[in-house]
Amino acid sequence: MENKIKKLIIYTILAICGLMMVVPFLWMLTTSLKSQTEVNKGNVGFFSLDHYTEYSSPDGKKYAAKIVHENGEETVVTIFDKSGDIILHEPQPITIQLDEDGIKKDFTFTSGEYLKVDSSRIKTVKKFRLHWENYVNAYKKVPFGRYFLNTIFIALTTLVGIITTSALAAYAFARMKFVGKDFLFYLFISMMMVPQPIYLIPSYLILNYIGWIDTYYALIVPWMANIFTIFLFRQHFKTLPQDLFDAASIDGCSRFGMLWQIILPLSKPVIATASIFSIIGSWNSFMWPLVMTNSPQLRVLQVGLSYFSQEAASQTSLLMAASTFSVLPLLILFLIAQKNIIASYSSSGMKE
Amino acid sequence: MKKKSFSPYLYILPAFIIILLFRFIPIILSFFLSFFDWKITGPGGFIGLDNYARLVTDKYFWQSMLNTFYVVIYVVPFSIILSLLFAVMLNGIKKFVSFFRTLYFIPFVTSMVAVSIIWKIIFNQQSGLANYFFKMVGIEPLKWLAEPTGIWTMFMSNFNIALPHWMGGPSLALFCIIIVSIWKSVGYNTIIYLAGLQNISNVYYEAAEIDGASKKRQFFNITLPLVSPTTFYVMMMTTITTFQTFSQVYLMTGPPIGGPQGTTKLIVYYIFEQGIDKNDFSYASAVALVLFLIILGLTLFQRSTEKKVHY
Repeated sequence: MENKIKKLIIYTILAICGLMMVVPFLWMLTTSLKSQTEVNKGNVGFFSLDHYTEYSSPDGKKYAAKIVHENGEETVVTIFDKSGDIILHEPQPITIQLDEDGIKKDFTFTSGEYLKVDSSRIKTVKKFRLHWENYVNAYKKVPFGRYFLNTIFIALTTLVGIITTSALAAYAFARMKFVGKDFLFYLFISMMMVPQPIYLIPSYLILNYIGWIDTYYALIVPWMANIFTIFLFRQHFKTLPQDLFDAASIDGCSRFGMLWQIILPLSKPVIATASIFSIIGSWNSFMWPLVMTNSPQLRVLQVGLSYFSQEAASQTSLLMAASTFSVLPLLILFLIAQKNIIASYSSSGMKE
Repeated sequence: MKKKSFSPYLYILPAFIIILLFRFIPIILSFFLSFFDWKITGPGGFIGLDNYARLVTDKYFWQSMLNTFYVVIYVVPFSIILSLLFAVMLNGIKKFVSFFRTLYFIPFVTSMVAVSIIWKIIFNQQSGLANYFFKMVGIEPLKWLAEPTGIWTMFMSNFNIALPHWMGGPSLALFCIIIVSIWKSVGYNTIIYLAGLQNISNVYYEAAEIDGASKKRQFFNITLPLVSPTTFYVMMMTTITTFQTFSQVYLMTGPPIGGPQGTTKLIVYYIFEQGIDKNDFSYASAVALVLFLIILGLTLFQRSTEKKVHY
């Protein structure tokens, strides 16, 4: 019995903490579907109802209205149709009497966009509605399509590059003998842990010297080799039995042929792991593309989203919609392959 | 046959060229740059240690350093303790383990940019979730990312105690970044800890059980010592990544970025500001090199203590 209570407590704590991990994302989702007007009014909880002002005309039709002035039994309103155009206005200017500090004054609405109606015909309606149009509006506001394509293109080319260069180098490090092998390997490893901010500025100068600043090359080529992946591949290639290679050698298989025909088919899990790291890394990389590119058409998703967050700073709903569709592809990928992805991270963590 | 003798180098060549050009040379270059006067106008002359002399008297450098240390000092222990707790709890249950693991891991795989944007709005004074909750439970709303006052100053003022400025701790704005960093890193660390815990043989616990050791003692005398290699690894990784905090500063704070009153300016943002915004490549390199030395020093220190601790 005591054990059961303990279990219950553990599950409760884990569930509460788990909720804290996803609450920001849930809130992002619910905010992305709200009307900006409600958010600006401070209705920032997870759910809120939209408040509409509605005008019921004498012939029984209902219209969206905006109150311009309320004066007792008379209200001056603007009436809209569904597409937001102003309809139902009075051709003549409207004059109503205002009561200010006991002094009666005439006030005239001149532009002819107004309608004087009976106050009883105006009421506030609460309605729950999901504002999917936020997604369309955010997507239209800046060229997110282009950002997505840039990101996918860069992620895929980088991925192909990393797998190729790493397989070749790891093959040499794992299964060949040559002068300076250990020195080269440790030179590589020693640079693995150097953080990006250290080499950011000189890399910028080098790319600038080659003329690659503000080109796709700057976003792809420097990332086409990855020391950690070489290391990961080498560890795996070393475990393959020598007999395989001896047999292939007798059959006349060339050195390169062995890599292609023996090693790679036996390395699918480790290639998958490296691909996961590479894709997540490319997709989420921010500082490098921010520094190395200027043109809007070269923006990757993260940089585009960052600029959008400055432009649309006050439009929370749009911003949350943009954030949602930016994280969604990777999130879906993660949820589909979560078992493999987590296993990859947890196994590669302690391989030093 | 002769061809075979150099072919290993051909295999390494593609990776080697890229690593040479975009890792090795930049790292060496950053060292040289810091002794020159290289600005947007191009390479200037050798100026010896001038950049470093400037750095010593640069109060913004010291402020960024202090802010960065605050972040590291708060994020690393909290992230480690929380993730160890989560891992121990997950290790003790059978159902829903993979569900919780997935849940905790989501922040880690999500981009820092999106995460920063979400949290910036959560901490928004008017339209944020944080103040919404505060209002709901009747706590006075806070200024969060716009609050330059130290968290301990704020906390102690509840008891009418005025702390001296240096004891104030990180500003509330910086504390928001700390929260985000902990939240983001816990998932990965939990996974690593979980793998570490699963490596501990059950034999120890069975023996302890026979000896009548309590669960608490088992945790402190078996789990904690035997999981210490993982702790060292997690500590090192979290320290290194936390020192590099950039996106949160760039996206969550300001305008101006690093505000309020520079209390959220972190060292990597300072490198970015000096090097990229102001094109003072040499000075930025000097700052980067100091960061490098600190990280290197900490790594070596952690490695050497790790070697002394053996179970």
